[in-house]
Parts: sequence; C-alpha cells; structure tokens
Amino acid sequence: MNALRLRAIARKEVLQVWRDPRSLMIVLLMPIMQMLMLGYGVNLDLKHIPICTYDREGSQHSEALLKGFAASEYFDVVKVATDYAAVTAAIDGGTCRMAVVVPQDFSERLTDTGASSVQAILDASDDNSATIAAGYAQAVIDQFEQNVQIWFAGNHGQSMAPPPPISLESRVWFNEDLESRNFIIPGVVAVVMALVGAQLSSLTISREWERGTMELLVSTPVTPMEVMLGKLAPYFVIGLLDAVLCLVMAVLWFAVPFRGTLLTLFATTSLFLVAVLGIGYLISVAIRSQIGASQIALLVTMLPTALLSGYAFPIDQMPAPIQWVTYLVHARYYVTILKAVFLKGVGMTALLEPILGLILYAVIVAFLAARAFRKRLD
Amino acid sequence: MTEPAAVEVASLTKRFAALTAVDGLSFSVARGEIFGLVGPDGAGKTTVMRMLAGVMRPDAGTVILDGVDVVSDPELAKRHLSYMPQRFGLYEDLTVDENIRFYADLFGIARGLREERAKRLLAASGMEPFRGRLAGKLSGGMKQKLGLTCSLIHAPKAVLLDEPTTGVDPVSRRDFWRILYSLLGEGVTIVIATAYLDEAERCHRLALLDRGRLIQCDTPAALKQKMPGALVAIASPDPRRVRSALEDEPGVQTVVLVGDGVHLVVDDAGRIAELERRLADQGVPYEHIARVTPSVEDLFAALLGRKAEDG
Repeated sequence: MNALRLRAIARKEVLQVWRDPRSLMIVLLMPIMQMLMLGYGVNLDLKHIPICTYDREGSQHSEALLKGFAASEYFDVVKVATDYAAVTAAIDGGTCRMAVVVPQDFSERLTDTGASSVQAILDASDDNSATIAAGYAQAVIDQFEQNVQIWFAGNHGQSMAPPPPISLESRVWFNEDLESRNFIIPGVVAVVMALVGAQLSSLTISREWERGTMELLVSTPVTPMEVMLGKLAPYFVIGLLDAVLCLVMAVLWFAVPFRGTLLTLFATTSLFLVAVLGIGYLISVAIRSQIGASQIALLVTMLPTALLSGYAFPIDQMPAPIQWVTYLVHARYYVTILKAVFLKGVGMTALLEPILGLILYAVIVAFLAARAFRKRLD
Repeated sequence: MTEPAAVEVASLTKRFAALTAVDGLSFSVARGEIFGLVGPDGAGKTTVMRMLAGVMRPDAGTVILDGVDVVSDPELAKRHLSYMPQRFGLYEDLTVDENIRFYADLFGIARGLREERAKRLLAASGMEPFRGRLAGKLSGGMKQKLGLTCSLIHAPKAVLLDEPTTGVDPVSRRDFWRILYSLLGEGVTIVIATAYLDEAERCHRLALLDRGRLIQCDTPAALKQKMPGALVAIASPDPRRVRSALEDEPGVQTVVLVGDGVHLVVDDAGRIAELERRLADQGVPYEHIARVTPSVEDLFAALLGRKAEDG
C-alpha cells in the first residue's frame, strides 16, 4: 500500500465526481428526493377518506351522527346523497370510498330500544383501506353513542358514570398523532443511504471500463487495494454527508424526535456505509457498463431494503423463512439501530446484537470487495 | 552484441475460445531499438502488446522485459515499462496537468521531477499552452501526444505503443516520431504496433504478423530484398479494369489496387512487355507502367498474397 498512489486515485475520483453532473445529482438530489418520496409516500396513517352520506330520516339524531363524520379528520364528506342511486354512483365512480346511510327508523329504534344501526357501504377494492375506514367509522359511531347515552342520562335525570374510553384494536396502528411517521422515517434514512451509496460506488470501476481508461490504469503499478480504497474513500465522505443530510431532514423536516447520541449514530452509520459501498463496488467490478451497474445496484438494494429491512413492515410479522432471509439484508441491522437511537435514545451497549451483525456484514463485504478486482483484461 | 535483449519473447500463445489470436510467437528486441509489429486487423498485434504490458496473461510462452519475467511477475515489470493502449486511455474529464500528475503519482515520481519532465515533454509536442485544458477537449493528435507524455513521465525503460498515431494529423505524427527518436538516445526500447506502413519503414526492425503468426522479422531494407519477383506499378484511370485484365496472366502473383492505379507482383521484370500488350489488346486505358522499388506495404501484400495462394 502506497499513500501517494492511494491519494492519487482518491483525488482523481473527487475531480471526476465534481465534474460529472450525474454523479453530483446522485450525491445531492437523490437523497432529498427519496427522503421526501419515501417519507410521504409510505404513510400508514389514513386520513381524509372521501365519503358520501345519505340521511333517509333527517332527524336531530341522524344529523348529529353525520356531523360526527363531517367533523372527523379521518373523513371528508364529499357528497350528500338524496337517494340510493346517487350512493351507488358515488361508490362506483370512485369519488367516495365509503357511504354512510342512516335508515328511516334510526331515531325511533334508538329511543325505543336504545340500539339502532347505520349502514356503511365500503369500496373494498383496496381491502386494507376499507378495513381501516370501517374501523374509523366505528369509532365515530361509538363517539356518537356515548354522546347519546350521556344525553339520555341527562334527560332521564340519572347519574351515570362516564363511559370507558373507546379502544378499538385497529387504533393501535392507525394512531392519530403521526406516530407511524416517527416509526418509519428513521428507517427511510437507512433505505435512502443504501440506495444512494450503492448507486455511487456502482459507478467506480464500471466507469473506467466504459470510458476505456481501465487498460491504462491496470498497466501501472497501482495495487487492487489502492484502487478500492482510493475510489471508495471519497464516497465514504460523501455518504457521511448524505447521512447528515437525511438525518437533518428527518429531525427538522419530518420532526422525528432524536433521543440518542451522535457518537452512536456516527459509528453505526460508518459501519453501514462500508457494507453499502462494498456491495456497490462488487457490482461495479462485475459489470462493465455504468448504466448496467447502476441498474443492478438499484435492483439489488431497492427491493430487499424496502421490503425486508423492517423499516415499514415489521420483520416479526413475516413468515419464518422470510425472517431468516432478512439477516442477509444489511439495512435490517441499521434500521433496528436507527429506530432505537432515534426513538429510544439507547446507546451502543443496548444495540450490541445489530451492531455485531453490521460489523460482521461489513467485514465480509470488505473482504470480498478487496479480492474482487483483478488487474487483468481477460 | 553481448548485451542481453531488452525484450525477449518466446513461443507466446494466446487463445480466445476457438480462436488462436497469437500462435507461438518469438522475437527479441535490442536495447535502444524501435521494433515494429505490422499486420492487418485481426493479426493479433493488440493481443501481443497487452501480453507484453502484463495486462493479459498468455496461455503459453514467456515475455522477459529487461530481465523481468512479465508473465510471472507483471507488477514488477510494470514499474519500468509504459504502455499506451490503442483506445485513448486518459481521463477526458481531467485537465492535461491533472492527467500528468495522476500518472506521475501512480509511478511515485516526485513533484520536482514531474514538473521538469512534463515541461520538456509538453514543449517537445507543442502542448505547453494547453496544460489547463480538459483532455476531452483536445484534438485527436493532441490527445495522443498527451498519452505519450503521461506514459513517459516515469522515464520507462521500455515503451509499448499500440497503434499510437491512428487518426492523428500529420503534424502531430511528426512530433510524435521526433519524441520517439529522442528517446532512443537514452537507451529506451520501443515496441510499436502500427497499421501505417510508412511508419513501419521508420522502425529499425519489423515483425510481420498474420493471424497470430510471425511471417517475417527483419529490417525494412532486408525485408524488401526478400521480396520475390518484381513490383510493377501501372497508373490508370480505371484500375479495376486493369486488375481484371491482368490478374490471370501467367507470372502475375498478386494484384493490389492503390490510389491511382495498380501494383502487381510478377515473377520476373521481363514480363512488363507482355503486360503492356495484354492491356492494349483488351483496350484498357493506362498512362504509365514501370518497375518500382517496393514499400513495406507492397512487401506485405506480396507475402500475404502468396501465402493465401499456397493455402
């Protein structure tokens, strides 16, 4: 290993990135765009569901119930129907995801029997949203029920204990105060870093082949190790800058609380970067065109990190064989670490397991990468 | 001639699947010699250059460069040789100076030495005013001169050039060759692959390659002596008709179209009268017919043409 040669490679790489608009775009714009897209795009909170109401009774009670829907932030009443045909049209045409129909005898049955029913018609073409909407509708109705009971109690002059707080099972994960965002954004940082890092390093070797500079490079005394370290060093620094960019966005833009220490964050991010850059470099050695290498890097990092890292979809809810596969995904460890560092504020000792996983991962990737590049044309 | 050869190639062989690109090639190059590898496309010139440079591993044979076995220890050999590939190998998004510095650093050349050599080499090639220009913005000739400058920045003992002047303007080519000749005085050995046969004539010795095999290896003058028969040049406004009229005549070995006429190889110069008669009989127009001194190109056509007939 020769410091002068290492520096020469690194210096050249910096000049090339600096003069290549495409690289600069990956460095700066891609993380910002992906943070915004994934940060907003993957949102498990469902709000402002467009609904249609059809009040067949027109009583004080029916209006009070529908006002409950109008006031809820989960629903937007976009259509008030006056017959069933209009309800059908609204659901079929897709303007509404749900219709609430109050029957003609709603108040009568409520007064007589203390129980009544409301019809909810759901567009279940997206069954997940439909289930969520039904859950919210139940919540609105429960709220109304309480008010009616209190109102009845008042009317009959009876004292009544306040009803227990409504707790629907579904509300655990469709929480009101954006908690799913807090839960997802740290993971998004990991996904973005995995994508951007692999993209950057996937161009390092393939660029030399594509531009015809490799033949001359391998005829010099430079060693494969110097090539690898010299090329990856600038991207390591760039990766750290991108990490800072993503983390600042997470805290300032998405308002995710940061409770951990910067040291833990820096140490684990560095480890993760080694794994990420190493994978991109391996791809770059194998594929001799820049566009090909960057496509493969996208393919190899995008799906596993998006689906199997646990950033949005909890790993413990996956089938056992899939859970095993997640151990092969580098982002799995980093997502676990980031979530804990952000939300729980724990230190490195509490994260021993994922940190060891990440160390092992980084060591294996670095070992393979160091052996991958050969100074030969055939 | 007790001094060992600067480059010693023995039984060099390289196969790509079913194709044998280089087939049992042997030659040696003396120190301070310009040695030319000449042959048509696909003759294996580039493959030979790559194996000499240590960037491609031969299937058999040895390459010894200044006492270093390139096949078994390519990294040691690379310190003292320089290789200029056929395709421009410098960084187009780096400036002239940045490219020079990059290669100087890779060879561990200190800054002062680098500056001194760069200055001299750039002055010799008329590139001084362009030191801050991006390599991608240079003309074809200047790119090649920059390539040469970068490959000479570490003062190599052997220089391997693979068709360095392809697509280069005549002025730059002249600069290029002047620099090459100036190296010879410093004891540098040069191996150059070229498709330009006028360039081949500037080499001290030539190896003629065809389909990976060595056909002839000697000085340009000696090779011409070896040329069988006589070369006849016929100037004509319609060279194709001349060719079709004469190619089946007795004693005619090869017929090659050149710019303004035809070059024929005949077994004896005495046949010129017969050829003239034949052209007159068929009414083929021609302006001039005479025996000429062969160039390397003619020699090559004669040797390869006869070989084809034998086969």
